Amino acid sequence: MKIAVCVKQVPDSWAEKKLNASTKLIDRESVDAVLNDLDEYAVESALQIVEANGGAEAGHTVTLISMGPERATEALRKGLSMGADDAVLVSDVALAGSDALATSLILAKVIQRINPDLILCGTESTDARMSVIPSMLSERLELPQLSFAGEVNVSADQVSIKRVTDEGVDSMNSPMPVIVSVIEKINEPRYPSFKGIMAAKKKKIEVLSLVDLGVSAAEVGGAGAWSLVNDFNEQAARSAGVKVTDEGAGGTALSEFLAEKRLA
Amino acid sequence: MSTFVFIDHIDGAITKTAGELLTIARRAGEVTAVLVGTPGDGTKAAAAINSFGANKIIAIEDSAINDHPSALVAQGLADLLLEKGATTLLIPSTARGKEIAARVAVRTNSGIITDAVDVTADSIATQSIFGGSAVVHSKVSKGIAIITVRPNSVEPESKPSTCDVEVVSPKLTPTKVLISNREPAKRGGRPELTEASIVVSGGRGTNGDFAPVEALADLLGAAVGASRAATDAGWYPHSHQVGQTGKTVSPSLYIACGISGAIQHRAGMQTSKVIVAINKDPEAPIFEVTDFGVVGDLFAVLPQATSAIAARKG
Ligand SMILES: Cc1cc2nc3c(=O)[nH]c(=O)nc-3n(C[C@H](O)[C@H](O)[C@H](O)COP(=O)(O)OP(=O)(O)OC[C@H]3O[C@@H](n4cnc5c(N)ncnc54)[C@H](O)[C@@H]3O)c2cc1C
Ligand SMILES: Cc1cc2nc3c(=O)[nH]c(=O)nc-3n(C[C@H](O)[C@H](O)[C@H](O)COP(=O)(O)OP(=O)(O)OC[C@H]3O[C@@H](n4cnc5c(N)ncnc54)[C@H](O)[C@@H]3O)c2cc1C
Repeated sequence: MKIAVCVKQVPDSWAEKKLNASTKLIDRESVDAVLNDLDEYAVESALQIVEANGGAEAGHTVTLISMGPERATEALRKGLSMGADDAVLVSDVALAGSDALATSLILAKVIQRINPDLILCGTESTDARMSVIPSMLSERLELPQLSFAGEVNVSADQVSIKRVTDEGVDSMNSPMPVIVSVIEKINEPRYPSFKGIMAAKKKKIEVLSLVDLGVSAAEVGGAGAWSLVNDFNEQAARSAGVKVTDEGAGGTALSEFLAEKRLA
Repeated sequence: MSTFVFIDHIDGAITKTAGELLTIARRAGEVTAVLVGTPGDGTKAAAAINSFGANKIIAIEDSAINDHPSALVAQGLADLLLEKGATTLLIPSTARGKEIAARVAVRTNSGIITDAVDVTADSIATQSIFGGSAVVHSKVSKGIAIITVRPNSVEPESKPSTCDVEVVSPKLTPTKVLISNREPAKRGGRPELTEASIVVSGGRGTNGDFAPVEALADLLGAAVGASRAATDAGWYPHSHQVGQTGKTVSPSLYIACGISGAIQHRAGMQTSKVIVAINKDPEAPIFEVTDFGVVGDLFAVLPQATSAIAARKG
């Protein structure tokens, strides 16, 4: 079984994120970049599925796929040090400013090239937070989709999940190939071991350009954008208001504040 | 301009987002309300939709629609939009709404903007990003402007209309996904988290005892939220998590109890109109964003506040 995991490099979620005034794009230079937190769960899921089905010896492989700047190799190394086998990075200056339609187009091309049995994604990125790429891949590749997986199991050519949403918990399944996106409660991503980190240095990251994928620069990036940012402005930070210390009447003070604001 | 609004509903009972989206869409002129459901849902929803000034109501009905989370809905919707020459589609920015929007965008080769908090008459969307620290105006430049709008973004304004429902039953191709079992969430009578106008949240400081949080929430008619520490511990379901990897809420009032206010939590609640916190650590970062903070033990402060409010309400 061939598993592909889509992973995105994002600014560290502990950092204050900003937009760049001239490009109107997220400023990725000034902040630490990490593997999207939710994608670690997808990588962990892939590794657990391999382990539960006979391991690498049984011929199962995990390939990471990312689209992003050269620097995204750092995030890929993290996934490789967790235990993924190899990675593909699509990097091209013409991809800067790509929107979700362009990103899904590129990822779909790479998936077609690799032809995996199972495609795993996170539910959303922590920077743009659109939560749309897995559904877009399902449409572009005309493959079934299982989303919001809080549990995933693979047996024979069937994938079954527990879909966890506000509406409840649904058990559902689909034949492979299928696109599965996982939620953060699905597992506890492993920390890369020293051995894993050393091994990752030798693992292959194939870097592809648009030419390699047969996509023209006019179709993607800022040039081919399906949506554009007109303008943006930074909001003043919220300022701290009243703070009282409870000395026996804190709850009463709170109820008075709410009454005064007509909130209770 | 031909603006379409996707009406969210449960078995023909429209949700609060329907009124909000119709209110926004009316700014652009004529509005077509589209509902996708099982046979009969359109007729059931008509009166409620007509209280928000629709110019046309179309119901796409298929008896198997609920057996397929979003793929079938997107098929029916995309074909209708193309056939009717829609220029804009507003969809609620819920988990399901975004899946449908994403699929419709690909099927119609259109741009998409998610999590808008406002949309102008010419379909320019306002997004509040990075936990409210920046406001962006964006527009779709190709195809239909597919815009998902956050619940609670506007106050729904009623406007009577009298349209009939046009029911269409296109042939939809089912996917290979099968649902073998359903366990619907227990609603418990509380409002939905992202739609609620008041949210009371609990964190690690509750030590797993959400009773005082729920008591205040119920008195105020509020939804209950939780920090990641609380959902990780299994004290509350993940669907109640507020923050970077949970829900984004923007209620009139947000009350954080025993929550430190990590940047990832604030990312999901910072745009609330009024923020209140109860925390026993005076240095907790949550106090940097509160309008009113109480330094104290939530197990003393919350019950006292709850009974004081109950007493005032009589
Ligand atoms: C603040 C902000 C707002 C934006 N708003 C819009 C907008 O309204 N419309 C629009 O079209 N674009 C928008 N973009 C651009 C958008 O970030 C990119 O197109 C992005 O690649 C897809 O969106 P996402 O990161 O939200 O992915 P999501 O759909 O949230 O990601 C889900 C999963 O898809 C996979 N994935 C996503 N991106 C990649 C990648 N590059 N490589 C590998 N796997 C990936 C991962 O598994 C991830 O967990 C915005 C960007 C920013 C920074
Ligand atoms: C990528 C990423 C994504 C994340 N996403 C989210 C997210 O979506 N949502 C989220 O919430 N977090 C998220 N986090 C986690 C976040 O960093 C914090 O760890 C989390 O918010 C802490 O939860 P907490 O405030 O309940 O717990 P703590 O930080 O432990 O705070 C508990 C607070 O309770 C107070 N307290 C204790 N006892 C009492 C009492 N009796 N009365 C009053 N106060 C008391 C303490 O003083 C303390 O301030 C994310 C982290 C990462 C890295």
